[in-house]
Amino acid sequence: MSTKIRGKAIKFGNNVDTDVILPGRYMILVDPYELAKHALEGLDPAFPEKAKEGVIVVGGRNFGCGSSREQAPLALKYAGVKCVLAESFARIFFRNAINIGLPAIQCKGISDAVETGDDLAVDFEAGEVKNFSNGKKFQLEKLPPFIQEILADGGLIENLRRRMNKE
Amino acid sequence: MNITEKILAKASGKKVVHPGEIVDAKVDMVMVNDLTGPLAVEAFKKIGVQKVWDNQKAVVVLDHQVPAESVKAAELHKTLRQFARDQKLRIYDVGKGGICHQVMPEKGHVVPGTVIMGADSHTCTYGAFGAFATGIGSTEAAAVLATGKIWLKIPEAIKVNVSGEFQKFVTPKDLILSIIGRMKADGAIYESVEFTGPTIRGMSVAGRMTLCNMSVEMGAKNGIIEPDEATRKFLEGRVKSMPNFEALRSDKDAVYERTVQFNVSKMEPQVACPSSVDNVKPVSEVGNVPVEQAFIGSCTNGRIEDLRLAAQVLKGKMVKEGVRAIVIPASQEVYSQALNEGLLEIFTDAGAMVCGSACGPCLGGHIGLLAAGETCVSTSNRNFIGRMGSTQANVFLASPATVAASAVTGKITNPRKLEAEA
Repeated sequence: MSTKIRGKAIKFGNNVDTDVILPGRYMILVDPYELAKHALEGLDPAFPEKAKEGVIVVGGRNFGCGSSREQAPLALKYAGVKCVLAESFARIFFRNAINIGLPAIQCKGISDAVETGDDLAVDFEAGEVKNFSNGKKFQLEKLPPFIQEILADGGLIENLRRRMNKE
Repeated sequence: MNITEKILAKASGKKVVHPGEIVDAKVDMVMVNDLTGPLAVEAFKKIGVQKVWDNQKAVVVLDHQVPAESVKAAELHKTLRQFARDQKLRIYDVGKGGICHQVMPEKGHVVPGTVIMGADSHTCTYGAFGAFATGIGSTEAAAVLATGKIWLKIPEAIKVNVSGEFQKFVTPKDLILSIIGRMKADGAIYESVEFTGPTIRGMSVAGRMTLCNMSVEMGAKNGIIEPDEATRKFLEGRVKSMPNFEALRSDKDAVYERTVQFNVSKMEPQVACPSSVDNVKPVSEVGNVPVEQAFIGSCTNGRIEDLRLAAQVLKGKMVKEGVRAIVIPASQEVYSQALNEGLLEIFTDAGAMVCGSACGPCLGGHIGLLAAGETCVSTSNRNFIGRMGSTQANVFLASPATVAASAVTGKITNPRKLEAEA
């Protein structure tokens, strides 16, 4: 994972649930690119088209609430989402995103200061996100070092393989 | 410490734990189902270990898309069966189990005081037996299958103290809807919710499961209830050995982030309106809502107590013309019991369709999907946009009594009022 990400923001509200991120009926799809075609279909069927150049999703409170389906963050990642920033995350979504190597980072105040289309730059090392469209800056919540390592390795499986090989 | 902290301290080899602390906990049981299992198997194979860390501590349940509704689903089921065979894991296949959260305690896989990880968000149901149980995703399940361990943050705890006696046709489902309506969908994010008080002590295990089941709908990491005689009675003959419940009491000086009080004595039946579980109103304030589908079942409300209640409302009545009523017992055991008690006959005579034990319409992935513009009143746990089919469909959540009454009248109806008018 690179330590800096830049991209246009697509903003959603509070309590974005996993059923709108990826409806249950698509969970039999195995190919993540097939899942990606239905990413956020419940809120915006055009999302995959908008996301394909690479975007940063900004959410409100309780982003990813609902089901344990890992297919939800997978669909976002393969649709082109580089990172999700939200006021808060539902815990299973948060863990799933980290585990598949999609940065999901809490960032207080972000949803009031970003509009869809804004140009954002996220610097993980500095723990900061800058909105070039209005000049505002925000602090990212600091992740514990072992979670940063999982992200740096690209996900939990890669992280586990590396750690098990070391032992 | 409270009960959750005690369980997690023991599992991580510590004398004391504090909220916010991150621990490496030993897992006593891990479960995957047919929607989360295939990805977990794929991830497990990538890790590069040959064997599951302990094949006595992992269970596979096929429940979401069973019997297979497509060739794609059939292929995924096949993968899971093969994995279970290769790893010598216990698997509950079509006709042998039912909904994972009903099967796990029925078959003795839920033991008070243990740490249970399930690749399904409603794994928190097992807190009803005094276990620490929470949902994880597929990759994490694979990591647990390989290592038997998981990192966990010790949660802050909320105590929900419940008193009073339920009126007729008012149920634990109405209580939990009312709690979520007040606490909101993000009211307990990352926290532990401990249900206590005289109403909980007098509540059936089935009702306790409904409460803990829906804790996740307010963001909770786990719901939990101290085990007691009712717990013992349910689990006897099911679990291999019964732990000492004394070690599973929250200390008098246990710390809670907050305590909230609920009294059920004057509570009306509650309804969660579209499209959020916390959009809860007493049934009298819902207004005139015609329904096309009424669903009684799911891990929230598919138990024998729920079916008895629905049958009590439906007995001798007919499901209104134009309404599709679907009844699904949560497990084979519940199905068989409902059959023996004559409940299934009451449902079929009333014009309801009884289906085999599985998740059914709840997740909108298998049977009973909704078309645009249709409305379903359901005993399940989520009413999100698109949850049960079309993004233009509406789902209202209620108790088995309210759903049964609504099936009879064709609109959302207070079961108390239906009875009074009869």
